[in-house]
Amino acid sequence: MKAAGLIFSNIHDRNISEMTAKRTMASLPFGGRYRLIDFPLSNMVNSGITKVGIITHNNYRSLIDHIGTGKDWDLARRNGGIMLLPPFITAFDSPVANKLYTTRLEALMGVMEYITHCTEELIVLSDSDVVCNMDLRAVIEQHEETSADVTVVVREKEFGNDVKIGANTIVVSDEEGNISEFVENTALAQGKCDVSMNILVINKLFLVSLVNNSIAHGFKGFYGQALPFCHSGAVYKTYRYNGYCAEIEDLSKYFCANMQMLDEEIRDELFGNKDRPILTKVRNMAPTQYGKNAKVSNSLIADGCKIDGTVENSVLFRGVVVKKGTVVRNSILLQNTWTGENVSLNCVISDKNVFIRDGITLFGHESMPFYITKGKMI
Amino acid sequence: MFKKKECVAMLLAGGQGSRLYALTQNVAKPAVPFGGKYRIIDFPLSNCTNSGIDTVGVLTQYQPLVLNDYIGNGLPWDLDRTYGGVKILPPYQGKDSADWYKGTANAIYQNMKFIEQYDADYVLILSGDHIYKMDYAKMLKFHKKNNADCTIAVIDVPIEEASRFGIMSVNEDDSIFKFSEKPKNPDSTLASMGIYIFNKQKLFDYLTEDAKDPESANDFGKNIIPNMLSAKERMFAYRFEGYWKDVGTLSSLWEANMDLLGEEPIFSLSDEKWRIFTRHGALAPQYIGEGAKVKNSIISEGCKIYGTVENSILFGGVTVMPGSVVRDSVVLGGTYIGAGSEVSYAILDTEVYVGAGVKLGAGKDAKQEVTVIGAQTKIADGQKIDAGTMIPDVR
Repeated sequence: MKAAGLIFSNIHDRNISEMTAKRTMASLPFGGRYRLIDFPLSNMVNSGITKVGIITHNNYRSLIDHIGTGKDWDLARRNGGIMLLPPFITAFDSPVANKLYTTRLEALMGVMEYITHCTEELIVLSDSDVVCNMDLRAVIEQHEETSADVTVVVREKEFGNDVKIGANTIVVSDEEGNISEFVENTALAQGKCDVSMNILVINKLFLVSLVNNSIAHGFKGFYGQALPFCHSGAVYKTYRYNGYCAEIEDLSKYFCANMQMLDEEIRDELFGNKDRPILTKVRNMAPTQYGKNAKVSNSLIADGCKIDGTVENSVLFRGVVVKKGTVVRNSILLQNTWTGENVSLNCVISDKNVFIRDGITLFGHESMPFYITKGKMI
Repeated sequence: MFKKKECVAMLLAGGQGSRLYALTQNVAKPAVPFGGKYRIIDFPLSNCTNSGIDTVGVLTQYQPLVLNDYIGNGLPWDLDRTYGGVKILPPYQGKDSADWYKGTANAIYQNMKFIEQYDADYVLILSGDHIYKMDYAKMLKFHKKNNADCTIAVIDVPIEEASRFGIMSVNEDDSIFKFSEKPKNPDSTLASMGIYIFNKQKLFDYLTEDAKDPESANDFGKNIIPNMLSAKERMFAYRFEGYWKDVGTLSSLWEANMDLLGEEPIFSLSDEKWRIFTRHGALAPQYIGEGAKVKNSIISEGCKIYGTVENSILFGGVTVMPGSVVRDSVVLGGTYIGAGSEVSYAILDTEVYVGAGVKLGAGKDAKQEVTVIGAQTKIADGQKIDAGTMIPDVR
């Protein structure tokens, strides 16, 4: 394969600080059995990429646990395969100067060793806050056909009052996809604009020189400084993505994106493609058991659950227990959430290993889901 | 690194399981799916792992493709070891002779070198025909304590069923003095479970002797065990208590699946202390649609349920369309059940396509046999399949 992958696991942690206190954005559970990194990782593997580095920053225990040897993505390889790239601090003075990186660019500086040792001609960069099933082969193909140095995957986004400022980078390009500008300050944006999905294909040598230039000039911003600086003489193209995509910008977006998994069309697009399955860590849990009092409708349920109550419009992760008389509506219950009898939940997100005693009622609202932290006993 | 293995397990997985008929047309019996995501062989393999036995030879012969693929490098059972682990042992061509495995004993005889290379003291013989959870380490301890030459695991069965099994008659110390294969008038209720532990050297001696006898059926139950008994070797019965089910027939396979249902199931798969491992991929979670009714059932990943499912076991990727009813059935992976169809008291093999408005089988009170549909069978819209029908795999 001529491309290697590089995934940023922590960059968007702040989006959803409630849930990333003890995990990376990449290891945020999603859709009943997945974690966010499964999407970029599967996209890469399904496009024939067999070498992937994962850049971490902090709180990456859960990520290490999830990735393991990489076997579940067929990335336990003697050549290439998966590699976690924890923060790299030298004992001596360095551009990163004994502190953890704070930007995308600094993160890249920290893994220059890995990048320069790649024998692949192309590097595919991806963040882990976007849920999509994308054929990266097509992106790489376009990248090569247009002899681009950088191809930025963009999607159309409607800018209005409810869009979080600074969450996206607007990419301005002409009809042929030649990029003219990156706009990071989106405060004045109105109407439909192309935004970067933070999925990029870059020629390896170009990336190396871009990062070296940035070190020399003390740049901090990737879109704001480094890319514009290296633009002269280089070809920057956009690749337009029109498929389903959910961006996890905050807790309510996380809630909505999970709820979208109840939509058959979206589910089929994400998980129904036989050539591009979303792969994840396989655990050995018994299938889900439904009791005599179970009433379940419009819900996505992982293996290992025991359900004897009512579940509606909800997403249940592995090993969730719903006892008799309990009603779960419009909620997301993460792994091993245990509910007693006659519990009532609506618009609740319960993190892993939450224990809810008999008879408790908890209601949130779609725009403000009630979040219960990991391991909490109520 | 090449340390000795105290006990090596040999799993006899070459059986055809001809009484499972439609389900074993293309797979060996140990590879027959069970319990929503497992195969029968997961049970002895997981038992080995949980008992600390990390070297398992799997003897294959009949239709080994699926089984070979399934076991692979043994990773799901933690049996992908640098030294030991799970190894597939098919019949092979030797220097002087080449032969199929003529019987259970002959299969082990032909693989004595495999056991030898681990310098094992004990050999555990297993079969891939039963659903049970058993700690072989305890049995081995019992074997060593008795200074036995052979220990046979036994289970107490009702006297009226005893004539279906190999029956052991034991002394007070559980040493065996008589063994009768399927006796008409059983004088004991201790049935052999087909699980043996032998001292390696004793086993090798008897296997070698047995191989010389052209009249022999080369079978453990028929030859080796009786020969050892008549030579007055130290043989003991190890009493096992717990769930143990032979799934050799279609109705017993169906029953064993049903034993998993209920709030306190007769046999549980979700025991954290004795996990049953299995190889499976990453299918999306199951989706239970609006208007679906699911009761007292076990459903696996990748299923899409829009109809009614009651008292049933559904494997991965099964689709149940609106208005259809699945009752008292075992539905294997990838099967599709069309709108308005009714499936009752049936076993549907993998990737069966049931059209719309089909009526398949009758209620289980109808005193009929279970209805069985072989893999990849297509049943056209509006067809009626009588209870007890068996449609074999057409491939």
